[in-house]
Amino acid sequence: MISYAARRVLLAVPLLLGMSVLIFGLMRLVPGDPAVAVLGYKATPEGIAALREAFHLDDPIPEQYLRWLGAAARGDLGHDFRQNEPIGRMILDRLPVTLELTGLAALCTALIGVPLGLLAGGRRGGGTDRAALAVGLIGVSIPDFWLGIMLILGLSLGAGLLPSGGWVPFAESPVENLVHLTLPALTLALSRAAVLGRLTRAAVLDTMHRGFVQYARAKGLGERAILFRHVLPNAAIPIVTVLGLQVGYMLGGAIVVEMIFTLPGLGRMTLDAVLERNYPVVQSAVLVIGAMFMLVNLATDVLYGAIDARMRRR
Amino acid sequence: MWRALRGGMPARHRGLTLAGLLVVGALALAAALASTVVPGSPTEIARDLALRPPTWAQPFGMDDLGRSMLSRVVHAYRVSLGVALGSVGLALLAGVPLGLVAGYAEGALDQIIMRPLDVLMSFPAILLAIALMSVFGTGVVLVAVSLAVVYTPIVARVVRAAVLAVKVEVYVDGARALGAAVPRLVLRHILPNAATPILVQASVLMAIAILVEASLSFLGVGVRPPTPSLGLMLADGRGFMLQAPWMVIFPGLAIMAAVLGFNMVADGLRDWLDPHQAAGR
Repeated sequence: MISYAARRVLLAVPLLLGMSVLIFGLMRLVPGDPAVAVLGYKATPEGIAALREAFHLDDPIPEQYLRWLGAAARGDLGHDFRQNEPIGRMILDRLPVTLELTGLAALCTALIGVPLGLLAGGRRGGGTDRAALAVGLIGVSIPDFWLGIMLILGLSLGAGLLPSGGWVPFAESPVENLVHLTLPALTLALSRAAVLGRLTRAAVLDTMHRGFVQYARAKGLGERAILFRHVLPNAAIPIVTVLGLQVGYMLGGAIVVEMIFTLPGLGRMTLDAVLERNYPVVQSAVLVIGAMFMLVNLATDVLYGAIDARMRRR
Repeated sequence: MWRALRGGMPARHRGLTLAGLLVVGALALAAALASTVVPGSPTEIARDLALRPPTWAQPFGMDDLGRSMLSRVVHAYRVSLGVALGSVGLALLAGVPLGLVAGYAEGALDQIIMRPLDVLMSFPAILLAIALMSVFGTGVVLVAVSLAVVYTPIVARVVRAAVLAVKVEVYVDGARALGAAVPRLVLRHILPNAATPILVQASVLMAIAILVEASLSFLGVGVRPPTPSLGLMLADGRGFMLQAPWMVIFPGLAIMAAVLGFNMVADGLRDWLDPHQAAGR
């Protein structure tokens, strides 16, 4: 188990380096002089030279990359072009919002998706099953940003039940914090819950045909006990894997959701930086989100190995 | 695939696939004939009709500039479907050869091809697309190209896996024993038998392309404003949500219809291909 986990972690290192080269290279392909982009077209040649000097823009590209990588490894992500704020600080300030949003959304996904799948898979072919399949297919096809707008229209502007946006830190008021995060988390969760529901159904159906389930039924065990004691633990492996992958995708989805619900998270910071052409921030934010995505996938892999001993040998 | 639809496929899977193809086909036809099927131009401004609710003549209502929402939705499908076709087409052009070579050669060549593609797959798709758009600018063609970059590793991986599974089959050994050259072996014997998973993946990617194009345009890093795009329409409509909910309801439903169509095609094909995985993704 330990060696399996260690191998996965070691494989992640070259991947992370590759990601940093890709992002750095991409940002160097931006057309035009970044110094001009920051200072505007009225900038004096001296001003541009000073900025290029301050951000080492005249050094050879490999040297710039190594300097950035070295500093990033020490936790220093540099300063942003505009307010000269340390980027590491900016990211740390916004990280809790994104993490809480993703965590809550993952919880909602599991709480909606797994029961939906069990309901459908427990009675294959029945009306419940067909309804759940249709809900799943539609759920997968709903654009989540549109769902967010519809939830705002119905539940917050229409019925006045929940706020349509904004952020209250947990430390300030835990209740307000959760109230403000309910709609964003649901928006992020619903289409993923549909995917998880479809997968849970497939995993349950797959397990239902196994010998040990037929044996349990022959012993005279009730259907409910079979479902919860024998089927669900065995179906858990694919369910956990897919949930893990979805937490990763939520980091991407959070960009759109944070924008709709005006949450001060990492996704919105990245988008704002893209729109303002604030490239040092884009560069670091994309790397941090990418690294988080990779870590979630890595954790899923390791967890998969922990649950299913058969996987470790691969 | 047509042979499968006519004969080999069980009715239940055929129904879903056909229904999906029907939805997608109808939308594509409407988009192709856009100017003849819709009531009025998508760009004609009529201030006196601004924010007019849906009527029989204008079933989707009018937007804040008095433009016909129905005309705009139908014209926006040109962008949605164009981006979907373009990005998946480009990704197939790049991904299929890469996957074929990686899967057939294995060993060092496989590593050289697949490792860099793994790096591309280490980012959430929408984040990579946003990063690419931020560097290369906005516009329909760039959205399609960015998505193709995101999709190529996915296609290559599916093709590679299919090739690995097919190339150990007896008929491949047989063809090799009869002296078939490698290109003939790969193109005549391996690729056709790996076609179905590639087709399933392509329909899933089409569905995702429509969603991602709409998201990018909605966020302001996709299609540029004068071009009608479903994502841009949603972004515009947000400001008028309360006075004119039709401005946000119909573009969203339009996105959903197209995505649902492609997902139905993919589901039907997948269920037929692999009954074990039926409806699980």
